[in-house]
Amino acid sequence: MSILEELRAVRTKKAYGRRDGKAALFFLLPWLAGLVVITAGPMVASLWISFTNYNLIQSPRFIGVQNYVRMFQDPRLVNSLRVTFEYVFASVPIQLVVALAMALLLDRGMRALPFYRSVFYLPSLLGSSVAVAILWRQIFGQSGLVNQVLGGFGLHHLPGWVSDPKWALGTIIILNVWTFGAPMIIFLAGLRQIPEMYYEAAQIDGAGRFRRFFGVTLPMLSPIIFFNIILQLIGAFQSFTQAFVVSGGTGGPSDSTMFYSLYLYQQGFSQFNMGYASAMAWLLFIIIAIITAVTFVTSRYWVFYDN
Amino acid sequence: MTTETSTKALLVPPGRQGRDARRGTKRSVWSVVKHAIMIAAAFLMIYPLLWMLVSSLRPNNEIFTNPSIVPDSFEWGNYAAGWNALSSPFGLYLGNSVVIVVGAILGNLFACSLAAYAFARLEFRFKRVAFTIMLLTIMLPFQVTLVPQYIMFSWVHMLNTFWPLILPKVLGTDSFFIFLMVQFIRGIPRELDEAARIDGCGHPRIFFRVILPLMTPALATTTIFTFIWMWNEFFGPIVYLTQPHTWTVQVALGQFIDNQTGGDWGALFAMSVVSLVPVFIAFLIGQRFLVRGIATTGIK
Repeated sequence: MSILEELRAVRTKKAYGRRDGKAALFFLLPWLAGLVVITAGPMVASLWISFTNYNLIQSPRFIGVQNYVRMFQDPRLVNSLRVTFEYVFASVPIQLVVALAMALLLDRGMRALPFYRSVFYLPSLLGSSVAVAILWRQIFGQSGLVNQVLGGFGLHHLPGWVSDPKWALGTIIILNVWTFGAPMIIFLAGLRQIPEMYYEAAQIDGAGRFRRFFGVTLPMLSPIIFFNIILQLIGAFQSFTQAFVVSGGTGGPSDSTMFYSLYLYQQGFSQFNMGYASAMAWLLFIIIAIITAVTFVTSRYWVFYDN
Repeated sequence: MTTETSTKALLVPPGRQGRDARRGTKRSVWSVVKHAIMIAAAFLMIYPLLWMLVSSLRPNNEIFTNPSIVPDSFEWGNYAAGWNALSSPFGLYLGNSVVIVVGAILGNLFACSLAAYAFARLEFRFKRVAFTIMLLTIMLPFQVTLVPQYIMFSWVHMLNTFWPLILPKVLGTDSFFIFLMVQFIRGIPRELDEAARIDGCGHPRIFFRVILPLMTPALATTTIFTFIWMWNEFFGPIVYLTQPHTWTVQVALGQFIDNQTGGDWGALFAMSVVSLVPVFIAFLIGQRFLVRGIATTGIK
């Protein structure tokens, strides 16, 4: 083995430098083509289209920043931003707190852990399907499962949750929380990596259960919590299917589930305002970038790296 | 109690056992409470799904009156009605979904494994830049490239074909899987590459003969995630597939619910169940890879 190690040290440094270049081009060719044709090219094009008026039939007409100005005067767009922010800042924290709580309960070699883990994980896989959105629409309907059960407890005159502007968004938030299994599994994996000696040291120092959680578990888990927050935020801002199906594609009742992505879809692919839809996409991109950046900046104060 | 301690001895690292023994009774009470919480939570989570399954076999009027999950009637007619409720039999939509999913899987396996090998094993100029760009594209919201992609695919007359959904995968745009495979390849001992190189293998042969066979777990994870994500994919299909004969299962279900106002919920539930079965089977078969995949890369 040591001979091989030495060989590698000699050979990979310079002698193979050039040959790797050619090989790399060969291996990266599909990805590079995709980067240019599917990602970078369309990004540039989309930026340009966002400064035009384009309906796919007539050729695009340059109108400067008009689309961007119009966005802030469009009450439906402003409303869709409000709905999306409400959804993101309610569902992401709740989902992650539930995921963390369940992971903490499941940790410590609990019996039947694989069973519970599977049951909790399954909704994460099904949650983005149309079938589950259909199910939600029924469950939270006027005479749906929830009201049937509540009726059994003597509660009547309940709202039809999905058709009531006050509650419709809440049902979609619940749907997202229901899919806490994926972050839970990440937390479980993270918990397992915390060295046992930290807990023992804390215990010798007289730290109770509470203190051990805030002094050891939470700091050690903070990089994973941070990573999960970023990913869930990015995903939640782009949510589409559930609002689309639950509201029958309208974002209703009275725009209460009009997610930003849904409004973008309507502008782009029902009304073919391609310029406006592109401008909307860039605003979304900027919002996501800013929120990610802010999370990164604050992470300095609460994320703990153990090295 | 005895069985519990012996199971624990196997599951718990040695350091923990002393502590557990000392607080034995207290822990076993807590353990019962925990199991009770878990069973209740699991039941609550799964109840809606079981109820949908049972309701898909109930007559329509009962779906809105019967909250129990005890199977009491077997209206197989719901499945027949749902199967034929749209302009084509539901089998067509299932078939379309299968074609797209298989195409996407092959595309991802092909492009991502090649790119991952380059990032994990080769030295070349701009490697850091390329790697950074690859990671950044994971976080890029798809809406930013959506409109030009649509225009591009309409120019080459690919609207209402499956290509707009498959081609991006063949060109490695699912960078998440490149990242997953890079992580995996880095764990394969380099000595194996070197041995093959000494035997005179070039990079293509090392890749196909050495690395690819060893990275089957990563390939399996990719396959299962691509399967489930593409099966559930909705935005792409409703944008690109507007003609009924090209619909995927998800688009067909979406249309189904639009078509009926207060109509045939039994049939709708039946087809919803049909649409979930493949995901459920994939989950049963590939659980191991799914759990490992999200645990190591941290993405759902």
